[in-house]
Amino acid sequence: MALAETVQEHAIARNPADFAPVIDLNDLSVKFGRRPILQNLQGELRGRAIGLLGPNGAGKTTLIHTLLGFHLPSSGTAQIFGQDIRTDAKQIRSLVGYMPERDSYIAKMSAVHFVRLMAELSGLPSEAALERAHEALFYVGLGEARYRSLDTYSLGMKQLAKLAQAIVHGPRLIFLDEPTNGLDPPARQRMIRLVREIRDSGKANIVLSSHLLRDVEECCEEILILKEGRLAVYCNLEEERKSNRKFLLLETRGDQDKFAKAIGGLGCEYAITGDHRVKIVLQGGIEVRDLYRIASEYDVQIRRLSYKRDSLEDIFLKAMENGHGGL
Amino acid sequence: MAVYEHTYKQYLGKLTPEWSRFLVIPRHAFRDVFKSKLFTAFFIVCFVPLLIEAILIYLHHNVNALAILKVDVRELIPIDASFFQTFVNLQASFAFFVTLLVGPPLVARDLRNNALPLYLCRPFSRTEYVLGKMSVLLILLSAITWVPQLLLFLFQSYLEGASWFVENLSLASAIFIGSVVWILLLALLSQAVSALVKWRVIASGALLGVFFIPSVFGEVVNQLFQTRWGSVISLGALMKNVTAGLFGTFVQASTHYTNWDGRVGHEIIVNEPPLWASWFALFVVCCICLALLSRKVKAYEVVR
Repeated sequence: MALAETVQEHAIARNPADFAPVIDLNDLSVKFGRRPILQNLQGELRGRAIGLLGPNGAGKTTLIHTLLGFHLPSSGTAQIFGQDIRTDAKQIRSLVGYMPERDSYIAKMSAVHFVRLMAELSGLPSEAALERAHEALFYVGLGEARYRSLDTYSLGMKQLAKLAQAIVHGPRLIFLDEPTNGLDPPARQRMIRLVREIRDSGKANIVLSSHLLRDVEECCEEILILKEGRLAVYCNLEEERKSNRKFLLLETRGDQDKFAKAIGGLGCEYAITGDHRVKIVLQGGIEVRDLYRIASEYDVQIRRLSYKRDSLEDIFLKAMENGHGGL
Repeated sequence: MAVYEHTYKQYLGKLTPEWSRFLVIPRHAFRDVFKSKLFTAFFIVCFVPLLIEAILIYLHHNVNALAILKVDVRELIPIDASFFQTFVNLQASFAFFVTLLVGPPLVARDLRNNALPLYLCRPFSRTEYVLGKMSVLLILLSAITWVPQLLLFLFQSYLEGASWFVENLSLASAIFIGSVVWILLLALLSQAVSALVKWRVIASGALLGVFFIPSVFGEVVNQLFQTRWGSVISLGALMKNVTAGLFGTFVQASTHYTNWDGRVGHEIIVNEPPLWASWFALFVVCCICLALLSRKVKAYEVVR
């Protein structure tokens, strides 16, 4: 590779399409020995921030590791910015940054030395690497502590140092594996703010894997829920929120079965979700006053009425119940 | 992402050539290694025999100095294959101690702190990682073994004349090959041990053990069975034979044992293992080290 080659040139030269999906999963499966870890994952991810959700052992970290080339797919493949993980692993790794879940650092090194070393390994010349290391550490909020040895850092500071090394070379895609693990609330807020800032800069896409639904909800536009190595749900959170705008939750007293059927007669979708709870999706032309009118006809009291949309928790729990499929 | 801007920015500047990136590791490692004053002092001491070697070569060709010191040139050690071999072996011992100080933490420290994923998530392969770690030792050990030895060979050639240089060119190759084989073996062994044992002190102990325990065991085998084949498990003995072979001083029938059978004593001549056996044994050791490194140097260990 010529010295004059830049990351951008490199990426453009290799990109088969200008608007290739960030991640394209093509029937991706991974096995450890005979044990299947990921099974037939399929989908195109294009969001600026993609959330990876799933219970423990669902395969979130294995998916990230496979995309980074740490594990070979047993069948199928995946592409990142149009480059195949089987054949272009090294090119892909020049475009990505990775913040591992576990405590990872090089002992007996100051933060600035550590981040500089990581930048140089990514191909930055020594002087540029030093400059970017200072910038990255200031950016994540470790500017004042950058000459301290990493061994003396608190858990929160180590997480920030890991983030700094993941972004020091200015990657186009950043994998964040449980970035808020073990952080106290202020440190978590800081991490979330940084992730959102990077997302909003539009200069890098983010894949965030987390157990914490709130983290994903606050940062991500798209989510991928894995269950037992399979794709349980893939959805765009923004679209999901919009589509659920007319979702109503009613708390009632009286004969709610008849009431619900009457509403169904108006063409609205409904579901009885508890002893006194009815979920209704209003159709065009139907107003809330129509609900009160029907309630009065059937002598049903509406004690509480609230607009609601499916929260990420609802989506996640539904995915865990259904097993697989879309919403 | 300038310090004052506090925004995320992509890097659009020049990149270093891919082939040179493994050298980033030794460059950063040397900074750490030479922080220790004790190591720096020891490293300087490693050059003392070379200084003595240079003085001896110089004295051989300086009549005035010999006259001042009142030394007869015939009393000095002759500058021949044995002369260079002695110093190559001496420097090999220093190289071993440098390896003992520098080698064990190189991979162990990264494994202990889960740093391998940080290296390998970049455009940096496992081979480059191992090469980078090994080159820390290869560069340091070269600086105290074959590089100065070859310079001294050239110094001797300069003082003795071009004909000596041509006649003794095989000595230069013996110095180079002998030293390189030794430092390659040291680098591979220390990296393999370092990858197996995550704690520095234990790794240093294990490295010492790898050299000395088989030597003792091999010597026991030699004594019990009145053979020299026990030497094939002693790394020191293997290297001694290989170096002697390269310098042309290898004598196969070299050891004499005297056995007492009642009151009658008799002498047995025991043959050293052939040179190919020593080379083959070293090759096997290197292959085992590479297999171990290939198994242990991974971003994540997969639990099957």
